[in-house]
Parts: sequence; structure tokens; C-alpha cells
Amino acid sequence: MSDRIIGPDSVSAPIPVREILPWIIFGLVMMLAIYFVGAEEGATSIIKGMYVHEWVHDSRHLLGFPCH
Amino acid sequence: MVRSLLIRGMLVGFVAGLLVFGFAKVFGEPQVDHAIAFETAMDDAKMKADAAKGIHDMPEPELVSRPMQASFGLLTGVMVYSTAFGGLFALVFAFANGRATNLGPRAVSALLALTGFIAFYMVPNLKYPANPPSVGHPDSITIRTELYFAMMALSIAAMAVAAVLRKRLAPKLGAWEAALIGAAFYVIAVLVVAAILPPINEVPSDFPAVVLWHFRIDSLTMQAIMWAVLGLGFGALTERSFLAKGLYHPRLTPKLVWR
Ligand SMILES: [Zn+2]
Repeated sequence: MSDRIIGPDSVSAPIPVREILPWIIFGLVMMLAIYFVGAEEGATSIIKGMYVHEWVHDSRHLLGFPCH
Repeated sequence: MVRSLLIRGMLVGFVAGLLVFGFAKVFGEPQVDHAIAFETAMDDAKMKADAAKGIHDMPEPELVSRPMQASFGLLTGVMVYSTAFGGLFALVFAFANGRATNLGPRAVSALLALTGFIAFYMVPNLKYPANPPSVGHPDSITIRTELYFAMMALSIAAMAVAAVLRKRLAPKLGAWEAALIGAAFYVIAVLVVAAILPPINEVPSDFPAVVLWHFRIDSLTMQAIMWAVLGLGFGALTERSFLAKGLYHPRLTPKLVWR
């Protein structure tokens, strides 16, 4: 006996993991983009100078990242 | 399949970003300006005091002007952030849909956004709140950044464990009880982490409390807008698309689920 009200046929089938995995690379690109907005040229630095930090400065504060 | 989800996520994130920018421009920027006015007054006072002692400080060179920071700079940061989160959201959805719960795509998307908002922003910010300019010491930026990202990472990990726990317990205990246990696990885990991580308090004693309050509420609202648009917008579009492609078969007729 099953107490499930919604049967399995109401679910959309999961996408196989092997189909998702190649796209993880895009996830890493997204995280790098978020890093540039949130932390580049603050605690750590990939590009020299302070231009990226200064350019995204207000969004960095308002999005909740530590700044100055 | 994943490709179309990813593109949809980024597009919804882009739209969310425009709304977040609009809110930030109207409500957030005045608070940033108040904080910078406070900072300038402090710097001027220090420069005068130093000059009286015979020390001449050089004012910091301005790489990007204030009007640029407050307009195109803000726009760039918010759009990159929102679009990237839209993409990440789509990838997590691709994995969670059909796995995390037996709910339909629209509900999965909404729940994912709600838990994302809590785990990525709300809980890390309860421990280490957003600060306007002039609140943090430049010397402590490394430790502040490390602690903030540590809090965020542990919060996300705890949320992932809570989701697995809920799913494992649901067949035995029922959906409601399992969800409560998952939620309790998350709350206790982040409370323990927050109690262990050291506090940061660098708010100058004469910093205006009202500016700090408004700044933090505006920051929270920006995130609420982004996650709400992601969760509801992405969910609605994906459910419609899944129904059209026959990838989702609700027991209720589609007419009742999607008018
Ligand atoms: Zn700053």
C-alpha cells in the first residue's frame, strides 16, 4: 500500500546525470563571473590594478559582498 | 535539453537583473551616497588633523568616477551577477527536477529559488551583514572575504544535506515530517557554524544607524527580487515548455495545471 497522493507519473523524468555533466563547465564560468563581481581585486586578484573592483564597486557592496 | 534550460535561466536572470538594477538605482544608491559622504567627512577630518601635525596625506586617486560607479558600474555588476545566477540556477534545476521531489517543474523551481535565497544570501548575511562603503577596515578585507565565503559555502552544503535528508525520510515518515526534519537540520547546522565562526564588527561608532538599516534592507530586497523572478519566471516558462514537449505529465489535466 502506498500513501503517496501524487504518483510517479506526475513527475517529469530526471535528466540523466551524464547529460548534465558536460554543462558543469558553464557552471564554473558562471561562478568565475560572480567572483569578478564579488571579490576580484579585494581579498585576491587575478587581474592587476583596481579597475575591476572600482567599476563594480557599488554592486559589490549592495549584493552583500565584503568590500571597504 | 540542458542547453535550452541554461539559456532560459540566463535570460530570466538577465530580466531579473534589470529589475534589481532599477531598484538598486532608486533605493540603494542614495544610501551608498550617504555612506560615502560620511567617509569623505571622516577623511577630511583626518587630513586636517594630520596637516596640523605636519603630515600631508595624499588623497586617493579616483580610477572610476562616482557617477560611473553609480550607473554603468552598478549596471555591469548587477547584470553579470544576475545572469550568472540564472545560469547556475538552471543547472541545479536540471539536476533537481524529477530527483529532489515529485513535484512539477514550476514548484521545483519556486522551492529551489526559496532555498537558494536562504542558503546563498539570507543566512550568510545574518551572520555577516551587507555593509555600505566606509564600514569595513581595508586591512581586514582578506579575513572578511574568507569568513563570508566560508559561511556561504557551509550554508549551501547544509542545505544540500537537508534536501537529501528530506528525500530519504519522506517515504518512511511522510512528506510533512520529513520536510520539518530537513529544515530543522539546516537551521541547527547553520546556527552551530555561525556560533563557531568569529564575529566581525567594524561599524564606526558614529556611523548613522538609519543609513546602515536602509542599506541592508535594500540589499535584501535586491536579492529577494532576483530570486523571486528566477524561481517564478524560470518555473513558469519551463513548465509550459515541458508540457508542450510531453516531458511532464501531471495527473491533473494540463488545463487545470496550466491554463
Ligand atoms: Zn567598497
